[in-house]
Amino acid sequence: MTKTVTLPMGNGGEENNQLIEGIFYKHLKNDYLQKSEDAALIEDGKLCFTTDSFTISPLFFSGGDIGKLSVCGTCNDLAMMGARPKYMTLAMMIEEGFEVKNLEKIVRSIKKELQKSGALVVAGDTKVVPRGSVDKLFINTSGVGVVELFGISSSNLKEGDAIIVSRDVGRHGATIYANREGIDLKSDLKSDCASLWPMVEAIKNAGIKPKELRDATRGGVAAVLNEWAKASDVCIEVEEDKIPVCDEVMGICELLGFEPTALANEGTFLLVLDKNDVDKTLEILKSFEGNEMASYIGQVTNEHKQKVLLLSEWGTKRFLDMPTGELLPRIC
Amino acid sequence: MQDKLDMFKIFRNPEHMKALAKLINQEAKQKVRVMEVCGGHTHTIMKYGLPQILPEAIEFVHGPGCPVCIMPKERIDHAYILSNQPNVILVTLGDMIKVPGSNGSLSDARSKGADVRFVYSPMDVIKIAKENPKKKVIFFAIGFETTTPMTAALVEHVIKQKLSNVSFHINHVTVPEVMKELLDSRDKHVDSYNNRIDAFIGPSHVSVITGSKIYEMFPKDYKRPVVVTGFEPIDVMEGLLMIVRQINDGRAELENQYKRSVSYEGNTVAQQLINKYFDKRELFKWRGLGNIPKSGLKLRDEFAYLDAEKIYSEVLPKGEIEDHKLCICGDILRGMAKPTECQVFGTACKPSKPIGSCMVSSEGACAAYYKYGGVLR
Repeated sequence: MTKTVTLPMGNGGEENNQLIEGIFYKHLKNDYLQKSEDAALIEDGKLCFTTDSFTISPLFFSGGDIGKLSVCGTCNDLAMMGARPKYMTLAMMIEEGFEVKNLEKIVRSIKKELQKSGALVVAGDTKVVPRGSVDKLFINTSGVGVVELFGISSSNLKEGDAIIVSRDVGRHGATIYANREGIDLKSDLKSDCASLWPMVEAIKNAGIKPKELRDATRGGVAAVLNEWAKASDVCIEVEEDKIPVCDEVMGICELLGFEPTALANEGTFLLVLDKNDVDKTLEILKSFEGNEMASYIGQVTNEHKQKVLLLSEWGTKRFLDMPTGELLPRIC
Repeated sequence: MQDKLDMFKIFRNPEHMKALAKLINQEAKQKVRVMEVCGGHTHTIMKYGLPQILPEAIEFVHGPGCPVCIMPKERIDHAYILSNQPNVILVTLGDMIKVPGSNGSLSDARSKGADVRFVYSPMDVIKIAKENPKKKVIFFAIGFETTTPMTAALVEHVIKQKLSNVSFHINHVTVPEVMKELLDSRDKHVDSYNNRIDAFIGPSHVSVITGSKIYEMFPKDYKRPVVVTGFEPIDVMEGLLMIVRQINDGRAELENQYKRSVSYEGNTVAQQLINKYFDKRELFKWRGLGNIPKSGLKLRDEFAYLDAEKIYSEVLPKGEIEDHKLCICGDILRGMAKPTECQVFGTACKPSKPIGSCMVSSEGACAAYYKYGGVLR
């Protein structure tokens, strides 16, 4: 590891894992933490507990804002463990000079998003820091959920299992990139930022038992698939043309040299299920607005253990690796 | 909606891919070592797994056309030192910030407090300079003929808008000179590099600017076919078929597969802009390849007042630095070795911690092999 903390260490990829294992696990390891799931199952697996911090530029982006994001992020971590989000804490670090009008806009957005999963903010904290100490506004939220779907784990994958993605991928990452200063790309693209519990609940109510769920946040779909392949010691074979990507995301990726599968999402998740549940699950997902492109993308095999294989339409294969480094546009 | 999709789909159509693969497999009778000069092509070849559907007879020799990969340590050290000068904002393009120099990369400099920014368009330098009138903004310019016009346009704007806080560290390089070097150079270990390259796939974006005319000498003087080819997988497959047919017919010609974007003359407005502000250097050092005559550009003497190499000459070292002992980027860039033949490939040298430059940019041969699993052939 480098002597100073670098930006890639926060990007959800390989360097991020090194930091977590080399510093945090080294000193704080315990049975809960070691499972390295999105959220910890506590109290004999009845409750689920997690936390997440949010810093984003710009604070308001097409399809969401930091407030909506701070609810979705934590609630989705709970939902991905099969837990209904119930209680949340909200901590804000605000830079001196931040407009109250914007703060209220963000809090209103938090309220609206909480209603989607029925969670409540039950404790909070506010810190105002001198100008320059934080970039406008940082938010931390923690959440507790009640587990309703049991037995979900990243080490559950077995040969023959099917992999589904809930919608088209890469929207959040591409939107933020296009909205960011200095890139100056105009597009109608909206972030996928959304609460996932309603979809998980609908799947549960249909009697379907997913083996694993994971929202494809930092590091995108590529990171999730790679983590699963390692955690379950299996190979995941994905059909490249089945991964849904909208035109706008595709365009931005082609222009800047990015892979849609490496871009972050904030309301897109991957599911592992029994093959027989695929059609029904797709039908449920597609009934939710924005998820019309939900798709079966591949299956679990034993071909190359701990690797993700991407299959092209003309019969070639390549590995889909864990995204590394900072996302930087290509030069020519 | 359907029309928009077509742009990507038609050049990745599986039926066309299979048909082209079939033709190449039928027609390629003798061994052809094809150098794709440009890193963009290396990326396409690896990403779309083209070797898996091509016959053994087609062997790719990955060329030196990745602007980040060919940047020698000396120049990266310059960038690092410049970024650490008081009151300086160093601006550069994309993954240049990851390339390691003697003291570290620009990304390291940034994490230690230097103000290093990357932009997608060099024109953003104007905005940065205006927003920070008390800072000195240095644009560390890199790239082949593709990005040179953007730098030239930036120079023009800086002069027209009388911005006094912008200077340039120019590292622009040119394609034909390095191709010539690869064919001309000799080494005591082998007869000549010459023998390793039978034909060239000419760069896509570079040729949009320069026109295909810059490659005339290779069929004429060196009897090597050149096919200027687009970056999509179908383009590369079609370009290869054209090369195979030239070889079969005993022809050595300059052909253009990428007619939808490349003309013989190229973008003459851009060419004039380049000539207005830039001049050829006598020598420019390429990583792994050494000093190549007339292969780099510098600001013309009348614009010396904008030249960061002159303004900061007292702090910028002039000596040469040896490449890392275990790194074989030089051999890879010369087409003498494959990335997988390197001892440190994928072990000590990875995209997250590159030793050699070929591992840095996604267009570098090593990074492409690492990322897309060269192990699958």
